[in-house]
Amino acid sequence: MATVVMTSLDSKSRAASRGLSDIKIRNLFIIPTILFLIVFNIFPLIYSLGYSFTDFRASTNAPANFVGLQNYRELLNDPFIWSNFAITAKYVIVSVAGQVVVGFGTAMLLNRDIPFKGLLTTLLLLPMMLSMAVVGLFWKLLYDPSFGIINYALGLGSFEWLANPDMALYAVAITDIWMWSPFVMLLSLAGLSAVPKHLYEAAAIDRAGPLYTFFRITLPLVAPILMIAIIFRTMEAFKTFDLAYILTSQPTTEVISIRLYKMAFQEWQTGRSCALAYIVLIMVLAITNIYVKYLNKVKER
Amino acid sequence: MRKTVAGLMAGIGFMFACGTPAQSQELTIFWAEWDPANYLQELVNEYEAETGVKVTVETTPWADFQTKAFTEFNAKGSAYDMVVGDSQWIGAASEAGHYVDLTEFFNKHKLTEVMAPATVKYYAEYPANSGKYWSIPAEGDAVGWSYRKDWFEDPKEMEAFKAKYGYDLAPPKDWKQLRDIAEFFHRPDQKRYGIAIYTDNSYDGLVMGVENAIFSFGGELGDYSTYKVDGIINSEKNVKALETYRELYGFTPPGWAKSFFVENNQAITENLAAMSMNYFAFFPALVNEASNPNAKVTGFFANPAGPDGHQYAALGGQGISIVSYSENKEEAMKFLEWFIKDETQKRWAELGGYTASAKVLESEEFQNATPYNKAFYETMFKVKDFWATPEYAELLIQMNQRIYPYVTAGQGTAKEALDALAEDWNATFKKYGRH
Repeated sequence: MATVVMTSLDSKSRAASRGLSDIKIRNLFIIPTILFLIVFNIFPLIYSLGYSFTDFRASTNAPANFVGLQNYRELLNDPFIWSNFAITAKYVIVSVAGQVVVGFGTAMLLNRDIPFKGLLTTLLLLPMMLSMAVVGLFWKLLYDPSFGIINYALGLGSFEWLANPDMALYAVAITDIWMWSPFVMLLSLAGLSAVPKHLYEAAAIDRAGPLYTFFRITLPLVAPILMIAIIFRTMEAFKTFDLAYILTSQPTTEVISIRLYKMAFQEWQTGRSCALAYIVLIMVLAITNIYVKYLNKVKER
Repeated sequence: MRKTVAGLMAGIGFMFACGTPAQSQELTIFWAEWDPANYLQELVNEYEAETGVKVTVETTPWADFQTKAFTEFNAKGSAYDMVVGDSQWIGAASEAGHYVDLTEFFNKHKLTEVMAPATVKYYAEYPANSGKYWSIPAEGDAVGWSYRKDWFEDPKEMEAFKAKYGYDLAPPKDWKQLRDIAEFFHRPDQKRYGIAIYTDNSYDGLVMGVENAIFSFGGELGDYSTYKVDGIINSEKNVKALETYRELYGFTPPGWAKSFFVENNQAITENLAAMSMNYFAFFPALVNEASNPNAKVTGFFANPAGPDGHQYAALGGQGISIVSYSENKEEAMKFLEWFIKDETQKRWAELGGYTASAKVLESEEFQNATPYNKAFYETMFKVKDFWATPEYAELLIQMNQRIYPYVTAGQGTAKEALDALAEDWNATFKKYGRH
């Protein structure tokens, strides 16, 4: 009898110490999450894949007719679409490169003993906490050729940033760099603070120069975390919509997501826009895959 | 206990009995967020006072208007009983079955005679000349011009202008004068500019602006009944019109490459430009001293004539349609019967709405009510509109894609832009089996 009581107490105390059982966790959290993902992610994904092979237009009551690969064929032969992809690629390269240079540079500056380091870091993080729409409207005013402070500060007179088709994309990229460099800076700071100090001490004893130290110690050790920042930022930059949409309406800033939006919700070419969305998805997956492979290589070194 | 249950059941029964009619006494009209929608809300409040039917005008910003309306239509949603939809939607919305056919209503009330002819043609009828009607002209609108009377009437400016151009400085009678005046007042060193025109290529801003030139130069966008565009959209007249529009862009304030109605009113209120293009519906803000410090010195004129004396303007404005998926169609029809009454139309105009009623438009009272009503009246009888075919959005985007780089950046020539546009439109019409 005593043994039975002891066993019973043991199982109760074990359950109490565990909190929720695995089955309860599965029922309360995992199954609803999987159901949510299926209903709101997987199902629309498969449904839209089906639509991408049809001539369906959501604005009409006409049924969707199967057209095979016609949408894909037409899109891949459309010079406007390729021009949108080229604009997107240019934007991604300029924007992400800028963020890496500015973000990593700022992290290097902050990774030393300076007064008010904490406050400074927090202030530098503010841009990425703002909403894209607010940042877009704010920078639209800054770029204004009549009263914008940028032209005033740089002595550029009435230089047109957003109305100039050659400059507009760079203006959008500059805004994106301003907004998201802090993100790269934050990750870089984490990487830099994890570099063992004794490596620098050893380099100093060996009288290694600052460039040698940077390229042989700092950069290789921070590279994996920097690569993660680059992956995130590339994916984000690839699907940029709001900043470019709010700041300017130049054809030279019509990135692929803006084209996709117009095709889907202004022209109501639902089937065609589904096909374009899949082309974009495949491209993002391919680019990410290349990055991840490179990241693994960097980690192995 | 039995009494309590019976009482409870009776109460529930009474609630349900009262519930159904109470719900049908409400109507929702969907429109874009702008002053006329506020005037309409004021008007329909009077309908509620008369009939007890509560009417709500629900609005959304212009940028979302089309997307939100069509998303609701596509979902066959009954959130809106009526919609004051853009004129170019009529083909898409009627062919897809989103709008109730109002032909019988239209003929019964002889609205072709009651409303200004252009408003019937562009806000209500589809296909063109078919005698089928889908909307009741509600907010008449067109593109007109405002100008700085104090700049124009300054004796020194008048003298200098006459010396340079050989004629008196006054509101322009034709597009050549419009161009001369824009050039004359374009003084970047003084932060004064000649003209503010539409350039925003995200919806129909730029297209509307260019249409003003095209129609007044005697050009057309195409043949709306045969869908022929070759030789029409890229005609010599249209090339000249587009070149003139490009030239005018050179006299706009800096950074004017994404400007629409808001910016064009600001050009007057912020002392930026001598003349500004805008829909008449936005002019109330310019005569209001609270929103325009230059209200007392702001004048208005209708779109000037082209080189051959043609004088047209791009049509704005909307008709009111009953949504097919509404659960209150009969009630909505009753509302429309009230809306078309002469006294309602008169009241609509008094509140600030732009009636399409020919009788009200022609009245002295209406024409003298504001400094711009006379110009509006003159304009409403010579307006033309964009394509109203279901694929209008694609045509609009193609036109923006072709003409925007030329107008704002001088890329290529007007002829090249319009030739390319003709090709695009031909391909689109071919895709939809229009020819």
